[in-house]
Amino acid sequence: MTTQKNSFSVALFSVLFGLIIGAIIMLVFGYNPISGYMALLGSAFGSMQDIGGVLTQMTPLILTALGFTVAQTAGFFNIGLSGQALAGWVGAVWYSLSFPNMPVYLMIPSALIIGAGLGALAGAIPGWLRAQFGASEVIVTIMMNYILLFLGNNILQNTMSKGIKESAETTKQVGANASLQMKWLTDLTQGSSISAGIFISLIMIIVVWFIMTKTTLGFEIRAVGLNTDAAKYAGMSTKRNAVVAMAISGGLAGLAGTIEGLGNYLNFFTQNGSPAIGFDGMAVALLGGGSYLGILGAAAILSVLKIGGLGMPMSSGVPFELVDIVTASIIFFVGASYLIKLMQARIKAMDDKAAQTTEAKKLSNVGSASDSNQKGGE
Amino acid sequence: MTELTPVIEMRHIIKKFGNFAANDDINLQVQQGEIHALLGENGAGKSTLMNILTGLLQPTSGEILINGKQVTVDSPSKSDALGIGMVHQHFMLIDAFTVTENIMLGSEITKGLTLDTKTAAQKIKQLSEQYGLQVDPYAKISDISVGQQQRVEILKTLYRGADILIFDEPTAVLTPQEIDELIAIFHNLAKEGKSIILITHKLDEIRAAADTVTVIRAGKSIETFPVAGVSSQELADLMVGREVHFKTIKDTVEVGKTILKIDKIEVQNARGIAAVKDFSLDVKAGEIVGIAGIDGNGQTELIQGITGLAKVQSGTVWLQGKDMTNKTPRQITETGIGHIPEDRLRFGMEVEMTLSENLALQTYYKSPLSKAGVLQTVAMDELANKLVKEFDVRSAGIQVTAGSMSGGNQQKAVIARELNRDNDLIIAAQPTRGLDVGAVEYIHQRLIAQRNAGKAVLVVSFELDEILNLSDRIAVINAGQIVGIVNAKDTNKQELGLLMTGMSLTDARAALKETVNA
Ligand SMILES: Nc1ncnc2c1ncn2[C@@H]1O[C@H](COP(=O)(O)OP(=O)(O)OP(=O)(O)O)[C@@H](O)[C@H]1O
Ligand SMILES: [Mg+2]
Repeated sequence: MTTQKNSFSVALFSVLFGLIIGAIIMLVFGYNPISGYMALLGSAFGSMQDIGGVLTQMTPLILTALGFTVAQTAGFFNIGLSGQALAGWVGAVWYSLSFPNMPVYLMIPSALIIGAGLGALAGAIPGWLRAQFGASEVIVTIMMNYILLFLGNNILQNTMSKGIKESAETTKQVGANASLQMKWLTDLTQGSSISAGIFISLIMIIVVWFIMTKTTLGFEIRAVGLNTDAAKYAGMSTKRNAVVAMAISGGLAGLAGTIEGLGNYLNFFTQNGSPAIGFDGMAVALLGGGSYLGILGAAAILSVLKIGGLGMPMSSGVPFELVDIVTASIIFFVGASYLIKLMQARIKAMDDKAAQTTEAKKLSNVGSASDSNQKGGE
Repeated sequence: MTELTPVIEMRHIIKKFGNFAANDDINLQVQQGEIHALLGENGAGKSTLMNILTGLLQPTSGEILINGKQVTVDSPSKSDALGIGMVHQHFMLIDAFTVTENIMLGSEITKGLTLDTKTAAQKIKQLSEQYGLQVDPYAKISDISVGQQQRVEILKTLYRGADILIFDEPTAVLTPQEIDELIAIFHNLAKEGKSIILITHKLDEIRAAADTVTVIRAGKSIETFPVAGVSSQELADLMVGREVHFKTIKDTVEVGKTILKIDKIEVQNARGIAAVKDFSLDVKAGEIVGIAGIDGNGQTELIQGITGLAKVQSGTVWLQGKDMTNKTPRQITETGIGHIPEDRLRFGMEVEMTLSENLALQTYYKSPLSKAGVLQTVAMDELANKLVKEFDVRSAGIQVTAGSMSGGNQQKAVIARELNRDNDLIIAAQPTRGLDVGAVEYIHQRLIAQRNAGKAVLVVSFELDEILNLSDRIAVINAGQIVGIVNAKDTNKQELGLLMTGMSLTDARAALKETVNA
């Protein structure tokens, strides 16, 4: 409980410091930080469309952050969220374009399962390599990011049939039977690309929270992550848990990618690099401090910065890169949370000392009166 | 008696964790050159009090005076500067470094840009001569015994100029010989004017080492008195607040069928060397078999081999007539084994999980603790409350992390969990390490009750008193092999001591006869 409170204040401090650094940089380069940040807020909340944009941005970040957290709970560092998301994205788009006539109530669940399943597979492989051969999941997932990136592009360019492609670099748009966008949401947000994905993300927060804290599976994943020896002693299979945790982690990333494909972009196109949602999801998880509600808040903050930042150059002239600096500083401060905690402890110690000296003074002032008081109390 | 200024005075110390007062108005006075023992049940608040003195914890209220001057000890470095040194139970040494390098760490002497190891080694040599702490300054930590590593820890505090040395359960990891040597070191230190605070549950050690003892019960200091002339029984009764029985009475029971049969097994240690060789032993229903031996003679590997935590290279382990060699720990547990592991922090518990979760660690996947893969927290808490009550596990509640509990209460929790299941075989490694005498008595009773109920019990202990008190038969292990198996009523400490060094039974008996005749 106290650690949760602690990571909350760390996150708060970090965001604050990140914004301050952004402000200082704006000042140094001759911009007005107040109008800069006002512009940022304006572009994030100025219209329903902006809000829709923020929510669209949040959707995959919540899922990849959940994925990162599950792996981390089991003691693994899943850097492969990007590749796993990509696997889900390519797979789901390809699948739904291949069956344009499937009814929506079959298409959407199966496409979500296929996308999540491909992500899960992409996560399970490094988990299995780690469990079986002790191969570092950090290195394997980084490598797999490249493999999946080029595999995805290759499938798009060379394997997919002409009939489902718009051009060599882009697929056609998925049909209405596979789209996660909802008319009332699109209308409400004046045509933003928000989709039912946001609800899926919110539900997944609850589902993952439930799995990790209320089920035997989550119990095992936590136990293995915290103390492998004790988990083995208690008869848990550390290998099985490694594979399962990485599969869940990858599955969530795959779901994020699926929603990007079927909800946000409605297609797949040649990627120049691993999708940012993987790495941004790690940032969200870190800022969220390992708490599930924290992930929601952190995803909101980073998305507001990102969407707000897009409008900043137009209305205040502050370049978009400033937002990247702010985001990077926030993550830096979270990373340096050790330092912040230390500072908090120092401040508290100073407070305590001050309290003590004032108390001591009070005591000496009151003198004999307090003495007799104490005796009376006994 | 003239009023001397105490070296340490702790006044009205209160330390609260939430609403729970771990220290509840403790007073402590330690004089210069005194060896002062703290005696109290598990969870009485001894470690908490020492953590306050060494700056790891801040008291909720109360004051600390060093040499009559009031001080605030708000960090470990502050306590260092005040001349207070702590010898931790888990040594904080770097294996690959030499003794000197370890001692210098953090307070290096430099010559230009290089470390002046020579001067440091000289200073260490001089200190070890002054206090009788023999250790080779150039030896690597990985090459010296646990007892010597402890000396390095002591030298480290002396090197930093400590005048007050705190030992929290220092003898738990030592052999009887090393314990005697440590007590001699205490006396040397005191003679040279150092003050010592000693926390131990071993009453003999208090009587052999300490001048004064302060009894702490439920966070309150009850009484301080000189140790001379006080019996162990009196100490125990005062600490617990009731009469304690040291020797547990055992009725004879019929021995039944073989539950555990170990047949010529070999188990390797982490370095790939055979730590258990050609080892055979039977444990039958209704008997307690003790394994006596000096630490590091294969006991750990033997237990890990039986319980599926280490690979058995050759030979067979039979449980209830079934070949369970190299089965998974879960499969082995399910045949009806309770395992109290030797290292409770590493194997026995998840220190960052709650007490309730820890008590469910072996059965969480079964009804009633879970249904269809969903944990039943209400059932888990019910079980936890029941066990906590039955085994008198004391803590601030079942939702605290196991890591925040006192060492003895962690051990009681592990024992409660393992004895609660209806097992046919109990394997207990160092079952009473870190327990207070009252708790030791209780655990011994429980283990004997298991035997009386027709269960098989295998006990590994470095303490001969415990082995002799509990066992029906005793197997002595040396260098991974059984040296001899004797009936507990036909043997004694001396004989076991000789066997433990590797002497054969006939030789040991001959040697003992000689000394009696001489
Ligand atoms: N950080 C903490 N949070 C909550 N409770 C704590 C914490 N630290 C200690 N306690 C509680 O304070 C009590 C005293 O603990 P302490 O470790 O001082 O006991 P002890 O006398 O050293 O016992 P033992 O002989 O078993 O080592 C215990 O009940 C323990 O659970
Ligand atoms: Mg203690």
